[in-house]
Parts: sequence; C-alpha cells; structure tokens
Amino acid sequence: MGLRKLALLGAAIASAGVIVATAAQAQNEQFIPGLVYRTGAYAPNGIPFADGVRDYITMLNERDGGINGVKITFEECETGYATDRGVECYERLKGKGPTGAAYFSPLSTGITFALTEKAPGDKVPLITMGYGRSESRDGAVFEWNFPLLGTYWTAANVAVQHIAKEIGGLDKLKGKKIALLYHDSPYGKEPIAALEAMSKKYGFEFLPIPVPAPGSEQKSQWLQIRQQRPDYVLLWGWGVMNSAAVTEAGNVNYPRDKMIGVWWSGAEPDVVPAGDKGAGYKALMLQHPAGKSAVYADLEKYVIGPGKSLAKPDEIGSVLYNRGLINSMLGTESIRTAMAKFGNKPMTGEQVRWGIEHLDLTADRIKQLGFEGMIGPIKVSCSDHEGTRLSRVHQWDGKKWNVISDWYTADDSILAPMVKETAAKYATEKKITPRDCSKES
Amino acid sequence: MGFFLEVLIGGLLAGVLYSLVALGFVLIFKASGVFNFAQGAMVLTAALALVRTLDIAQKEWHWPFWLALVAGFLFAAFVMAIIAWASERLVLRKLVNQEGIILFMATIGMTFFIEGLAQTVFGADVYPLNIGLPKEPIFILESVFDGGILVNELDIWAAVIAGLLVAGLALFFQRTRIGRALRAVADDHAAAQSVGIPLNQIWFIVWLVAGLVALAAGAVWGSKLGVQFSLTLLALKALPVLILGGFTSVPGAIIGGLIIGAGEKLAEVFLGPMMGGGIEIWFAYVLALLFLLVRPQGLFGERIIERV
Repeated sequence: MGLRKLALLGAAIASAGVIVATAAQAQNEQFIPGLVYRTGAYAPNGIPFADGVRDYITMLNERDGGINGVKITFEECETGYATDRGVECYERLKGKGPTGAAYFSPLSTGITFALTEKAPGDKVPLITMGYGRSESRDGAVFEWNFPLLGTYWTAANVAVQHIAKEIGGLDKLKGKKIALLYHDSPYGKEPIAALEAMSKKYGFEFLPIPVPAPGSEQKSQWLQIRQQRPDYVLLWGWGVMNSAAVTEAGNVNYPRDKMIGVWWSGAEPDVVPAGDKGAGYKALMLQHPAGKSAVYADLEKYVIGPGKSLAKPDEIGSVLYNRGLINSMLGTESIRTAMAKFGNKPMTGEQVRWGIEHLDLTADRIKQLGFEGMIGPIKVSCSDHEGTRLSRVHQWDGKKWNVISDWYTADDSILAPMVKETAAKYATEKKITPRDCSKES
Repeated sequence: MGFFLEVLIGGLLAGVLYSLVALGFVLIFKASGVFNFAQGAMVLTAALALVRTLDIAQKEWHWPFWLALVAGFLFAAFVMAIIAWASERLVLRKLVNQEGIILFMATIGMTFFIEGLAQTVFGADVYPLNIGLPKEPIFILESVFDGGILVNELDIWAAVIAGLLVAGLALFFQRTRIGRALRAVADDHAAAQSVGIPLNQIWFIVWLVAGLVALAAGAVWGSKLGVQFSLTLLALKALPVLILGGFTSVPGAIIGGLIIGAGEKLAEVFLGPMMGGGIEIWFAYVLALLFLLVRPQGLFGERIIERV
C-alpha cells in the first residue's frame, strides 16, 4: 500500500469516526422548531419575538449545555404569518431530530386552528402562549393544545374588569358602550363570544367593528367610532393595524386613554409609528412588561455580549423580545419537567406534552430562572391548559410602556361555563372522547 | 347629513391616496403595455430608501432636517433609477415582443425580488416618517353641523400632491419630446422603433417616472402609516381604481380613485353594519366591475378594436 493510499485510508477512517461521533452526539439532541415571520407585513412584530425565542435557547446551550446535558438544536422556518406556509413548515419540521419536534409555537391563531387538527395524529404539542382557541384550555378535549398564560377570553374579561375599575365598579358598566375594533380573522373574532356574554351580564352595549386585513386603511371604522362615541374602544389588532388604529384615533380625537389593546396590540411597533398620537394608549399585558429582569445578566454574558444574538440593540428588553424569552422558558421548562419523569435524554412530543401538562412554576422557581416580575406562578393540569388567568395593564407615555395596574384575575364564573360548552361542542363535532382528568397522572 | 358628508369627504380623500399608487401602474401600462405588478413593491422600496437616509443623515451625521430631506429624496430617486435600469436591462429587454401575460408574470417575480431585497438592505422594522407634512385633524363647517366635519391635513396635502403630479405628467406627456415619444411607443412599439425612437431608453424613462411617482406615494403613505412592509399591499387598493378608471388614463386614475374611495367608505359605514362589516375591500371590486359592465375599457380607458 503506497503512502498516498495509506493517507487516504487514514482520512476515511477519521471521517467515519467524526460522522459516527456526530451522529451519536445528534442522537442526544433535543429538537425545537421555530415557526417565525421575519419578512412580510407582520415582520416588525415577528422579529423581536423570534429573536427572544432564539436567544433564550442559545443561552441554555451556551451556559448549561442545553437541558440537563441534552443539547438543543433549533431551526427556524419562515411562515410570513400565512396559514398555508405555517402548515408547510410544520410538516417539514415535525419529524426532525432524533425524537421529532418537541413542540410547536405557531405565533398565529390561523396556523394554530389548522394545526389543532393535525397535532393529535402527529403527537406533537402546541404551545400557543396568549393566543389560539380560547376553549383549548380544556385539556380533556384539547389534549395537545396549551394556551399558556392567557386566552383571548381571559383578556376580554380582564379588559372589562379594568374598564369597570376606571369607572367605579362593575355596576357602572350598565348603559356604557364598548366597541371592539378587531382584525377580521379568526384571531380578531375570538373575544366576541366572551364580550357578548359580559355585555348581557353587566348591561353594557357591545359594538363590534371589523377591520379587513391587513388594516392599514381604517378611515371608515374610525368615522363610525366618531359617530357612535363609545365609552371605550378595545383593540384586537396585529401588525400595521395597531399603529394605524392608534393614529386614526388621534385623527378623530378619540381619547387614547379610553383605548385598551389586547396584549398583541401592546408592544413598541404598535405605538412608535403613531408618534405623539400614541401617548396615553393602554394595552393588556401577557403578564410581563418591557424592560430587563434578572435573566438578562446571563443573556448578556452568553448571547448578546459574544455577538450570538440576531436582535438589534433597541429590541433587547422590548415587550415582544421578552415574550419570546418567556415562550422558550416555558417550553424548555416543560421539557425539563418531562425529563424528571422520563430521564435525561431527548424527549418525544408525547413526553413533552406530559411535561407541559405537569408544568408547575412557583414564584421561587420563576425567580431562580431570572423571570421575577415578568410572570406570576403557573400551574398547568389536565383540566386547565392555560395554567393561570392573570394579567395587568400598561400605558404608553410616548416614549415607553409603564405598568399602571395591579394584577387582575379573570372571572372564571363567566369563562369556565363558556369553555366547557364550546369545548364539548368541538368534541362532538370532531368525534373526540374527552379524557377523564381525575384519572390522569 | 353632516356624518354623510364627513364620510363622503373622507372617502374622496382616501381615494386620492389610492390614486397616487394607481398612477404608477398607469404610466407603465400606457407606455409599454406592461401591467407592472411590482408597483407596490416600488412604493415600499422608495419609502424605505427615503426614511432610512433621512434617519441616518439626521441621527448619525447630524445634518439639518432640510438637507437630510433633500438627501433622502435624492437617494430614493437614485434607487428608483437603479430599479428602472435593472428592470429594462435584465427583464424587459429579454422579453421584447412577448405576450403581455409573460411580461405580467415577470413583474410578479420582480415583486418578490424587490420586496425581499428592500427588506434585506433597509430592514423590516416600522420606521416613522416625518417629511414635514402636517398631520393634525381639522374640523370644518362647525357652525353648520354638530361637531363639524373632520378632515385630516395630511389627506389634503396628498390631494395637492396628486393634483401636481397629474398636472406635471400631463405636461410631460403632451408638451415634451420624450412625452410624445412615450405616447408613440405606447401606440405601437414596432412603428415607434422604425422611426428611430429608442425603445430601451423610453422604457427606462417611463419606469423611472413610475418610480418617482412611487416615491411620492411612499412618502405620503409612509407619513400616514409609518414605513413598513404593508405599503407594498397598497397595490391591491389601486387595482379597482385601475379597473374603473382605465389602465391608460392619468385623469382616469384620479377620477377612479375618487369614486372607489367614496364608494367603499360609504358602503362600509352605511351598508357594512347590515352585512357584518368589513365589506369595503371587496365592495371596491364590485363597484369597479359594475362600471365595467357599462364601459369595459374603464371610464377613461382607450377602446381597443382589433380586426380579425
């Protein structure tokens, strides 16, 4: 054997060794997919969220070597906020990694609606933090959906509670007029059922006003608002619709402090384009504010400082960046919960589903994770896939968001029967036999 | 009555804003028979180039506002010239004498390319744009109607800009040598070429003029909404305007815009509540199609008679 052949053989053996080692290493990796939108009409909102999601996972890999020694592999897929592309991304990524996708966070109610049908068959859980079908908090029927931290019905209830507090009590709602300016899509229509129920209970007049997507032109809607003169306007928009609504409110002189946006209408890109006209506008919080909590020390040290983040400086600490961090934290803590039962190895979607359903983050654990002040305790169960029904309100002063309320808890005496009824209807339609949560462990 | 007038005036002014976008389509179709689907993407690109230059010149180079504004418009115009040159050299020249549908498909491809490139170069954030246009609401006829009639200053300025553009374009087409050459090319490419009109040069000029119109539209819409990706979707608002006004008429784009704007707003406000709301987008197309039943070439479009 000549020297050249010997060298080639050596190189081949070495390459094979590297491939075997890489494959073995890849076998011990947990795959998390990211459905993102960094382009298109909703990119200004999609980018900071996607960066937050990515940076938290990068931090876990850099600081801890992943979760309990299992490295996380992460891959993004661009959906452009389009349902068809979201489903395409899901199909492409669901089987990736040694155990398939741990979970999906679609960041779109439309994509969530489509994947709700597919997830049970593929055994992949959906974490829809603060969005998706409101009745999907009923885990007996929606085994694979987890609308953690809050549903739109929770949001609608808290918004009405806040209005009641401002005007002096729930009894003062009688005779008031509350308009809902909503994105004419499954997302925008979600709170209508809850607001109609509360309108009957408290006696306020409910005025739903749809805005065709994308919502850049709202003159006719705001002229209606100017004529109808509602006492409050709830805003359920996304992307350009939010900033256009705040701007038009200024144009018709509607008081901005009588507007309350849902938590997807309460970030920096929603108010900055409106300039001075945005000052005074209020929005619900998906519990967390803008700003930096303790976790930022490690983010700076392991991700932002070494230049491993894609986020621009003004994104860091913004509302949607923080939301991305929390989304990843809840997902990875669910994987950690699953590992406590099934062992420190890559988890399957089914095992992660168990982990999310048994997620129990106490105030101490949240503090330990560096998220103190961001979210309250959350305890998920078979019957409650939402885990908490807390929210707060913050207000834009023209430069930054300021938290202006204490914590509200949604009134479950109104919401629980609605959830039960709607989920039961869904189960009948889809021929699902609800689980008996008392027998789940 | 006051509310009806308010909706009507609001609709007319909104229609002028649609016309600003529609004008760019008309110019290119008029001169080359190409329906340029990329016009919306050109509006976005022009606005992004303007706002980013303005931001950088003011915040990083500390230039005074007026100088930054001039630099912003010049740079955006330069970007539009590059797009015009690249469109002619890389796309249109290769497709000379192809069917209209082939050219149309090519512009769809250009749309995605221009959108992606613009976002990659200039970013995908929302950029507030201030070019000095007043944006405050004013109330007129307060003594006649309770609360007066609301009109936005920005919309009035948009109407003034649209008026100036139409006047300028009319002069350009009617009174200049290049304008006459453009009209000749529009009538018959081959005949124009045979009398020595340089087709490639004419196409570059018309795409450049359409790019400058896109810049005007981008500046006004960007001032209204902030510069963001959704500006590219304005093309969808311009389509019913074109169908109604005719693809080859500059005044048609304005009149079409006024009718569509007023029609869709009145429909949304007075018919919308009976139909669940959110009807204005499709109503604009219904209105345009109704006009087509009477005048298939649009209100001001040229009637094409082909011998068979």
